Amino acid sequence: MSSDKKLHPGINIQHTDPKAHLEAEPIMFGFWIFLMSDLVLFTLLLATYGAMSVHGIAGGPTPGQITDLTSAGIETALLLASSFTFALASIALKYDDNQRALKRWLIVTELLGAAFIGMEIKDFVTLAGKGQVPQVSGFLSAHYALLGTHMLHVASAIVWMVMIWPQMKVPRLKKLVRLRIMRLALFWHMLDVVWVAIVTFVFLFGAST
Amino acid sequence: MSDKRDLPRSEDESRSRELRDSVIGLGGAVVLTVIAFVLAIFQPWGRSALLLGLGGLALLQIGWHFRYFLHIDLDSSHRDDLQLVLFTGLIVLLMVAGTIWILFNQFMRMG
Amino acid sequence: MDWTYWLFGTLRWSDFPPKPDLIATFAASLVILAPIAVAVILTVTKRWKWIWNEWLTSLDHKKIGVMYCVLAAAMLVRALIEAGLMRTQQAMANVGSPVIGADHFGELFSTHGTIMIFFVVMPFISGLINFVMPLQIGARDLTFPFLNAASLWLTAAGAMIVNASLVVGKFSTGGWSGYPPFTELAFSPGEGVNYWIWALTLTGIGTTLTGINFAVTLYKERAPGMHLMRMPLFCWTALSTSILMIFALPPLTVATAMLALDRYAGFHFFTNGAGGNMMLYANLFWLFGHPEVYILILPAFGVWSEVISTFSGKKLYGYTSLVVATISIAVLSFTVWLHHFFTMGQSADVNAIFGIATMLIGIPTGVKVYDWLLTMYRGRIRFTPPLLFAVTFLFCFVVGGLTGVLLANAPVDFAVHNSLFLVAHFHNMLIPGTLFALIAGYMYWFPKVFGFRLDERWGTISWFLWSGGFLLAFMPLYALGLMGAMRRTSMFTDPQYTPYLMIALGGAGMILAGLAALGVQLFVSIRRREQLAVPVGDPWDGHSLEWWSPAPPPEWNFARIPQVDGTEAFTAMKRDGQPYVPDPENYEDICLPANTGIPVMIGVAGFVCAFALTWYIWWLAIVSLVAMWALVVLRSWQGEPMQTFPAELVRKHTEEWLERARAATPVDRFAENAPANRGLAEPIR
Repeated sequence: MSSDKKLHPGINIQHTDPKAHLEAEPIMFGFWIFLMSDLVLFTLLLATYGAMSVHGIAGGPTPGQITDLTSAGIETALLLASSFTFALASIALKYDDNQRALKRWLIVTELLGAAFIGMEIKDFVTLAGKGQVPQVSGFLSAHYALLGTHMLHVASAIVWMVMIWPQMKVPRLKKLVRLRIMRLALFWHMLDVVWVAIVTFVFLFGAST
Repeated sequence: MSDKRDLPRSEDESRSRELRDSVIGLGGAVVLTVIAFVLAIFQPWGRSALLLGLGGLALLQIGWHFRYFLHIDLDSSHRDDLQLVLFTGLIVLLMVAGTIWILFNQFMRMG
Repeated sequence: MDWTYWLFGTLRWSDFPPKPDLIATFAASLVILAPIAVAVILTVTKRWKWIWNEWLTSLDHKKIGVMYCVLAAAMLVRALIEAGLMRTQQAMANVGSPVIGADHFGELFSTHGTIMIFFVVMPFISGLINFVMPLQIGARDLTFPFLNAASLWLTAAGAMIVNASLVVGKFSTGGWSGYPPFTELAFSPGEGVNYWIWALTLTGIGTTLTGINFAVTLYKERAPGMHLMRMPLFCWTALSTSILMIFALPPLTVATAMLALDRYAGFHFFTNGAGGNMMLYANLFWLFGHPEVYILILPAFGVWSEVISTFSGKKLYGYTSLVVATISIAVLSFTVWLHHFFTMGQSADVNAIFGIATMLIGIPTGVKVYDWLLTMYRGRIRFTPPLLFAVTFLFCFVVGGLTGVLLANAPVDFAVHNSLFLVAHFHNMLIPGTLFALIAGYMYWFPKVFGFRLDERWGTISWFLWSGGFLLAFMPLYALGLMGAMRRTSMFTDPQYTPYLMIALGGAGMILAGLAALGVQLFVSIRRREQLAVPVGDPWDGHSLEWWSPAPPPEWNFARIPQVDGTEAFTAMKRDGQPYVPDPENYEDICLPANTGIPVMIGVAGFVCAFALTWYIWWLAIVSLVAMWALVVLRSWQGEPMQTFPAELVRKHTEEWLERARAATPVDRFAENAPANRGLAEPIR
């Protein structure tokens, strides 16, 4: 098999590290399958949300009453920007021998992700301040569960990045760290994909009620 | 990997292509998002048309992300990944459509 | 809230034994005494070090497979005793002398179902696939050996959580499906449902990861030339099952997580009021539950394909149609979940569509049955115990399938829903279909795993007891169901039921005797292991690559990775080539992952976390959760240490095996169970 080909999703390192590239194939594929499984989990939360946002109001607020489009817009911008900066980090990972550019873009990504989580927490606090907590209705339960799960994913991605950080200096772990960042990239971009669905059906469509 | 001479000649080329992909990815995503927000804010159509329009845009944007950020394409050398995405799409469709259908059907009959 | 709550959650002295009734106290003492007995034996025989180094810390897929099967076997004993107790209760209560109370009965059917599905069949399947699949595709291990071990120990932790409920507090009385609102806090306060939720969560994570591992291995680690359409059928069913595990477990995770949020944080997903919707739970649970049924049955189909083809001395009939049927069943299994709740109140149209989809599954399944029959047709059939089980399977499974088609009609389902007819139906599918396949697979691959065959006479006795016991125990339940007996009922008071319940009780006794016979078989075989030894490794004239290795196989499986040119690779090798001729050129150092204790520790931390969550001991839950992740991070620092098997060792080991093969006398198929069978087959030309 020629190692020149793309073998897995995400950025492929065939041009710069052919040996690690071949080893990456099954590992990346495994992570890709995990992401698909995770995607099913999110769609079920979304389907639950779809049903609950109609049937589960129970006298509580409707989607339209809790939707803050400005906040959703800022959050979307933050996540889109972070996906772009992670793409730049991936390119740096692939082509640059020193880790300066890689580290720079990872830090930017991390900060954007942290800002995203901060915005979401602000949303939650605002809602809770108005008494709109998950214990009020089936709809709010679904709302918090869906957004909370996504937020937990983003948070764990950030923790993952932090955990990788000290390992980047260890020569013994060089190849492994490289493959880990490649997987983290897939994870990050996938969370962006999930967010697209959430922003569409929860916020944009929710605002119309 | 300090030995740059051994690297394929295509390195610069592929680097700029990947950079271009990322920029296209971001640009497309921004355009689609803005259209979606504009639709939601001004609501030019009725609710069901809005749902369809937003859903279509979301699907387009998800496809866009898959192509430009996750680098899934029609290249035959890694069909496994694409097949898996399509299979996941099928399963997701079955689960979501089924759930919505069943629950709304019941809700209607209970109302 | 006082300090005891902060320290011990809701756990109190009164939750510990002795229990109010004798049977529960006895069960609790068994759970306590069994590990103590094991510990004493290990200490007396000075084997602690051995079990830690050779087994618990191993990342070898073969050892992990064996450990899965041991876990499954231990849990099988418990679940069968519970089944016997339930049969005793219903039979005795109907004649006026109940043995246990309704709550205890509720715990029994909940644990019986939960254990049989999640901690007997699933681990057994994972175990068989773990052991057999890499050997069949010519690989040296799974793609992710560490993950494999972690999955094992998470599953084991889940099983131990169910066992802990025998000692500390109570288990859920909500059945294996745990339907709310009954399982909500309002109706099931206390720890029971919590135990159920966290046991399922642990094994759910383990199973998802296992599914991913199997799928990647099957996709990416096949030997050169082993195209997908050349894989043994067992591998195809393993692949289908892994895909089902990957896509069907998320709905369960979502359903149980939402139930946990309802119970722990006052959310309203499935509660009676405030917009909760218990139908949503039924929908989510069966989105998982139906594919789950095929997770259980597809690998069994794989085992049957191997067993029937081997003991008929024939190539598998209709390989391609079997593959297509397997894939069709896997995909269709995602389209039928509603037939588990036809009576929930959706319109007739919805029911009709899901009913038709359900009947469609009968088509690929029928194709399989015909393929197996045609494989046996004019074959050189040897009625060894695995094949005897296969024959029982073919007859009984068709009956079970037909009752399934009956139940797929919504109007029929309305009449017999939740009755013993349903209980009879799914036991009719899962006992002859899955459980018999697991026993047959155990007897079929045992010589490969341990190097000696299992005693045939006791195997036949066990087959007789299992088959007869199954028929006696479950055929009466069809009748009882039609007479109006509902499932999950602790006692009936209808004298007309008495004869049926008594026959069923007799059947349950026979099944327990069948289990005992399996134990005796193992004991007798170990004592006779010299006579039964098959060191050359091919006792049944096998068709696939797992038989082309010594029994037991070395850590590295194959000294050189074979080149495959068609289906039934080993048959081809025996027909056209010389599988036992040494190849002095081709030895090299082989690197495999080194042992590590981290997966065991992850399992222990998982157990502690689940236990703490069950009893609301928050500090402990947080500590153990952090510990679990800390162990993962620790592993990430180790950089995947390997152990190397030098070429010289591999050469020596392989040449000894080949020497034994040349010295052995090949046996013909009808002398398979004679002591002359050292594992070298005289192929049918």
